[in-house]
Amino acid sequence: MDFDFTEKEEAFRAEVKEFIAANLPAPEQRGEDFISLWNAKLGEKKWIGFSWPKEHGGGGGTLIEQFILKEEMSKALAPELGSDFMGLTWVGPALIRHGTEAQKQEFMPDLLNCQSSWCTGYSEPDVGSDLGSLNLRAVRDGDDYVINGSKIWTTKAHVAKNIFLTVRTNPEAESRYRGISVLLTPMNTPGIEVKPIVNIVGDHSFNQVFFTDVRVPVSARLGGEGEGWKVVMGALANERSGISESTGMERHLDKLKELARNSLKGGKPALEDAEIRRKIARFETRISAMRLNGFRNLTKQIKGNQPGSETSINKLLRGMLEIPMSDLAMSLLGNDASGTGPWQYDSFNFHGTVIGGGSPNIQRNIISERVLGLPKD
Amino acid sequence: MDFGFSEEQEFLRDQVRKFLDDQCSLPQVRAIAATEEGFCRKLWGQLSELGWLGLTLPEEYGGVGLSWVDLVVVLEETGRTLFPSPLLSTTLAATAINEFGTPEQQQQWLPGLADGSCIGTLALLDETDFLSPQAIQMTGKASAGGYLLSGEKRFVQDATVADVFIVAFRAGPANDDLGLAIVSRQDKGVSVEETEGWDRTKRTGVLKLDAVQITADALLGETLLGAQAIETLIDYGALAVSAESIGVCEGILKLTSQYALDRKQFGSPIGRYQGVKHPLAEMYVDIECTKSLAYYAAWTLEGQPTEAPAAIAKAKAYAAQSVCSAGVTGVQMHGAIGYTDEYDMQLYMKRSKWSRATYGDEDFHYDRIADFGGL
Repeated sequence: MDFDFTEKEEAFRAEVKEFIAANLPAPEQRGEDFISLWNAKLGEKKWIGFSWPKEHGGGGGTLIEQFILKEEMSKALAPELGSDFMGLTWVGPALIRHGTEAQKQEFMPDLLNCQSSWCTGYSEPDVGSDLGSLNLRAVRDGDDYVINGSKIWTTKAHVAKNIFLTVRTNPEAESRYRGISVLLTPMNTPGIEVKPIVNIVGDHSFNQVFFTDVRVPVSARLGGEGEGWKVVMGALANERSGISESTGMERHLDKLKELARNSLKGGKPALEDAEIRRKIARFETRISAMRLNGFRNLTKQIKGNQPGSETSINKLLRGMLEIPMSDLAMSLLGNDASGTGPWQYDSFNFHGTVIGGGSPNIQRNIISERVLGLPKD
Repeated sequence: MDFGFSEEQEFLRDQVRKFLDDQCSLPQVRAIAATEEGFCRKLWGQLSELGWLGLTLPEEYGGVGLSWVDLVVVLEETGRTLFPSPLLSTTLAATAINEFGTPEQQQQWLPGLADGSCIGTLALLDETDFLSPQAIQMTGKASAGGYLLSGEKRFVQDATVADVFIVAFRAGPANDDLGLAIVSRQDKGVSVEETEGWDRTKRTGVLKLDAVQITADALLGETLLGAQAIETLIDYGALAVSAESIGVCEGILKLTSQYALDRKQFGSPIGRYQGVKHPLAEMYVDIECTKSLAYYAAWTLEGQPTEAPAAIAKAKAYAAQSVCSAGVTGVQMHGAIGYTDEYDMQLYMKRSKWSRATYGDEDFHYDRIADFGGL
């Protein structure tokens, strides 16, 4: 057991800090062209896809260096590395693991140059938490699949260039998990229609996507036919570990502490209230646990294990933190809670991250069934 | 960066686990807990031979010279099987002497504490039951080059079997006036009394000192160590109990998961129902988080000592909350059988109450975390 970083790692941290000091403007000074300039600089440093192997165009950084990079970026309030969370968090790793040479050549350069934008097609109108029963039908016709049906809650479908699409290629497979395939599909393929869904805060972030006789070549299939479930499980583990990185929660807690410092409760400073102090201390403790759980998972990955059901732990913790943290913030606001500031916005919006990648109850199912060995519901 | 155990540590865990499963499974725990002393001297001798009593003590005093991370491994296992013994108390007393004692004091006491011939314990808490140097009331009057101690110490673990006590006292009003005395059970004016408790695998008592003369060489470190030393000992205690709590929670989870698989109602094992499986999933998450926090805290003691108090406070806060809720959930998921004397769940439930309170419950530590966190 050793939590110290090596000299090389500390030198890398210094390099990241230096880069940030030289290149990252304060949040209020970031203009319209900031993101493209910033991403271009990150691309030059090979810090997009930094931990991916060099032979796939990645930076060849270690997982620890990748952690240091993300941590320093988060501390400096830099935007998420690269602008394509889905592409970088799970499409890229899935391509590296399961992709053909042609697929890698087609998609990797855009991912690494911040030119990609991926969306993910999992849920359907009748299929949500029970992802294994997905029903979007893809029928083989010569060298193509012909797709008919619909996906829903598809975040960014209206702006994405490509979709990481799960389809049912064999409805007769002996197990429903065996009949699923993943197709890497351009969103401009004829027959795809995107219909916006406005979310609870009035934003257009997700969509329903309709597929009518959409023809996708068999060569777009990622992994074997009927072997998509394995690909999806790996992608979901990456999604959960991406969502549940503790660095974002650490910033969130800083803001909550700041709010508490500036709030009154019953006419007295809120921080004189023992219950409020303990609540915040409890959040801080859980976030520390998330961070350390992350280190334990990282250690397992360094030893060569792919992320698995353990990623559900931090995903669940994040859900169990977002809800009471927002609750405390709203309580500190008093009557202002009915207004429209950032905390009020967040009190509606956090549901997206808590539900996305599988709701808390789904994480509880995964842990109790796959880790504790209890019978499937 | 490596957040994993070494092969040696995994080997140690297997060794302790096998020993406890073979030598002291729950039926034996019940039998030992029913005896007057509350522990088994034969097993105690074996612990000594295996080197677990002096695990973190220097080799020159008969110890093994390992770290707190290794000790956490052992304590997780003794918690898992509710092993009744003064191991935790003796380890803490020995740690106090090893860390703060003079070479003469170390030479005098550590070999006996490491080989099990001497049982030690900490006696820090006063009547007020408040874990803080400010709350220490036992008075030490300067006398004959040393101090004359009078007063009572409560919640002294293994008080009735201990041969030596590390006693916190106050020689004056300031924090710097606090000292720690090495008091032998044989000293004139020392008496002990057992306090009744539900958890018979953890014995506590009251230590009464009636004008006990402490010579200069029985003053730990031969100086008034001040509040800092006492806070450090509280931290060690909190970490040790956190480690045992992990094992207690694992014991509860194992027992309850097995029951959820075996027990059938409405035509199905009850573990299929989300009302049962979800609380068990949360118990598992709590265990994993407590492990992460406690392992890290143990590492900080050597790796990053300035971080240790906050890291230990987080570990104990989480452990206290988790063990308390695991005890309640464990009984509830069992239903009526969990509420019987015959079934083992009750042993864990009783331990959970002890573990939560000892060396600070979650509120105590959350208050400290709030202070450390700049609130």
